[in-house]
Amino acid sequence: MVVLLFVISVFSFIVIQLPPGDYLTSYIMTLQTQQGTVDESMIEALRKQYGLDLPMYDQYIFWIKNMFKGDFGWSFEWKQPVGKLLADRLPMTVLLSILTLIFTYVIAVPIGIYSATHQYSFGDFFFTIIGFVGLATPSFFLALVLMFLFNKYLGFSVGGIFSTQYIDAPWSFAKFMDLLKHLPIPIFVIGLAGTASIIRVMRGCLLDELRQQYVITARAKGLSERKLLYKYPVRVAMNPIISTIGWVLPGIVSGATITAIVLDIPTVGNLLYSALLSQDTYLAGSSIMILAFLTIIGTFISDLLLAWADPRIQYQ
Amino acid sequence: MEEKKVNYIEEEIEVKGEEEKLYTATHWQLMWRKFRRHKLAMVGFWLLVILYALAIFCEFFAPYDPAKRDTEYINVPPQKIHFIDGDGRFYLRPFVYGLKQESDPITWRRIYVEDKSERYPIYFFVHGDRYRLWNLVECDIHLIGTVEGPFYLFGTDESGRDLLSRTIYGARISLFTGLIGVFFSFIIGCILGGVSGYYGGNVDVIIQRIIEFILSLPSIPLWMALAAAMPKNWSPLRVYFLITIILSLLGWCSLARVVRGKLLEVRELDFVTAARLAGANDWTIITRHLLPNFSSYLIVNITLAIPNMILGETSLSFLGIGLRPPIISWGVLLKNAQNINTIALQPWLLIPGIFIVITVLAFNFLGDGLRDAADPYR
Repeated sequence: MVVLLFVISVFSFIVIQLPPGDYLTSYIMTLQTQQGTVDESMIEALRKQYGLDLPMYDQYIFWIKNMFKGDFGWSFEWKQPVGKLLADRLPMTVLLSILTLIFTYVIAVPIGIYSATHQYSFGDFFFTIIGFVGLATPSFFLALVLMFLFNKYLGFSVGGIFSTQYIDAPWSFAKFMDLLKHLPIPIFVIGLAGTASIIRVMRGCLLDELRQQYVITARAKGLSERKLLYKYPVRVAMNPIISTIGWVLPGIVSGATITAIVLDIPTVGNLLYSALLSQDTYLAGSSIMILAFLTIIGTFISDLLLAWADPRIQYQ
Repeated sequence: MEEKKVNYIEEEIEVKGEEEKLYTATHWQLMWRKFRRHKLAMVGFWLLVILYALAIFCEFFAPYDPAKRDTEYINVPPQKIHFIDGDGRFYLRPFVYGLKQESDPITWRRIYVEDKSERYPIYFFVHGDRYRLWNLVECDIHLIGTVEGPFYLFGTDESGRDLLSRTIYGARISLFTGLIGVFFSFIIGCILGGVSGYYGGNVDVIIQRIIEFILSLPSIPLWMALAAAMPKNWSPLRVYFLITIILSLLGWCSLARVVRGKLLEVRELDFVTAARLAGANDWTIITRHLLPNFSSYLIVNITLAIPNMILGETSLSFLGIGLRPPIISWGVLLKNAQNINTIALQPWLLIPGIFIVITVLAFNFLGDGLRDAADPYR
């Protein structure tokens, strides 16, 4: 876990270093256009301040040290500290990801159970098709199509996460309701692919379980069909489902990034995108690090959850 | 299960009366037999054949040169193909009407209406824009088209370029990005997975940790970061190869896992020990005895990995940090449809997206069928 976080931080650092020239070259360029010339001693001072005169590994240590002090660097695009920008967007990112995760499982598990118990029925067939199409549709395309449909038939704009009048407004009940109105579409867009694959997994696992002999025994003993289903096979089939969080979560963070860009939702992913376009290196590196951290921590929590749900699993 | 197998075999014998053939059939023949029974997989297979044919011969299938700007027809909606004209007369040869420019009475925007007085029949193998097929054969014959009138079945974009032609040309880039990307990931996956599975020990542990690490990261932000680091002044071809390499840098993991898992499974089998005792070296054992054993599983996984590559490429290009014009890919085309105003006025710009969905669906169907067929004895 700690090793993972370390590797991610190194990777993010590389992202910061990758573009030609360092962070200051672009900063000096903007200063030059504003003031004409830039004092050589000022450049030197700036270089010191950001530790850019040090060798590479020292720069990395410098960067990490500052981060622990809460200083993520300065975004010259936004003219704000990177830490503040990230903190502004973090709650929305986490909220969106968690809600999507909940949506995915709440929808997928019952449908999976239904599909397995009604194998080859019309409903099963229907959900299979929905699942295939859901997997095949890139999230940005789905977002575009929904934008088009909503605009054309309902006259309702789905972009953004708040209506215009609430964007800068303080939190109130009306703003909260406005948020609720805007959330379903991004959640649906981000969650569809994950939902589709979990339905497949759930259906497959449960079908395997239902063929087991203990199910026949239970049925022969006269157990009610409902109790029979929920007491044993569903519980066993749930275990692989919980472990799917490990790959569903990265998928959601991934999908949320691109969906947020299309639908213009203020998340860290959206921030990363604009930072990459404007070569705002500190912001980009920190954003990608935050996104990766979130995913790793989420996966870690799911591992704990799995250990709690299935006592057979032992971690050494 | 056992009973089912017997039934299956009996059925085969009864239906085809080819008892001998079934028992002497090779592994691949059995697979093919099973694959053909999977209807969806066959649909996927033929869809892909058509799509790849479009991609390979895109110059011929596209009615126009994709870069040709027709300033008279800007943002034209898709034209409809008719069989019956305004007077109710039926024509065996389908035709399109000419287009008249008018302005919308309310918004004053330029709109196009069908001009019922001009009728342009559609012909096969018409002479049109000149092109060089694969840069070799110079030619000007296109599969379909009209002789003089406009022919924009998917409409045109804001510079008056034909969207149908651009979609067909986009197929070439988008579909082959998938193949090339998978080829690179296949190489990386086979080498690392092979080393990991065959030698085991510490190497195995390290490689497995790396795979777990990469799989636990969100792919799109990483791709974005890597792609954005690419210098802006690179030539389109270099950009193209770099993007496919970036895609495969994260895409090899699942392949490596399959290779490792299967190697672990088969390396302890008796025939491997026999080969080793007979004096075969590692390379011979891996390539001659182990790889053929699970090549069918590899094919399945490759098929299922291609759509991810295609989705990755289109997503990046759509965001403007993957492929860039003048390269035409489906993602680049969709980039034009990014904001709500454009989509509301020119919804036909979304058509390339439908092609993405169809392609990925076809690959998934095919992969599903292949997965069932990979184990023909079940």
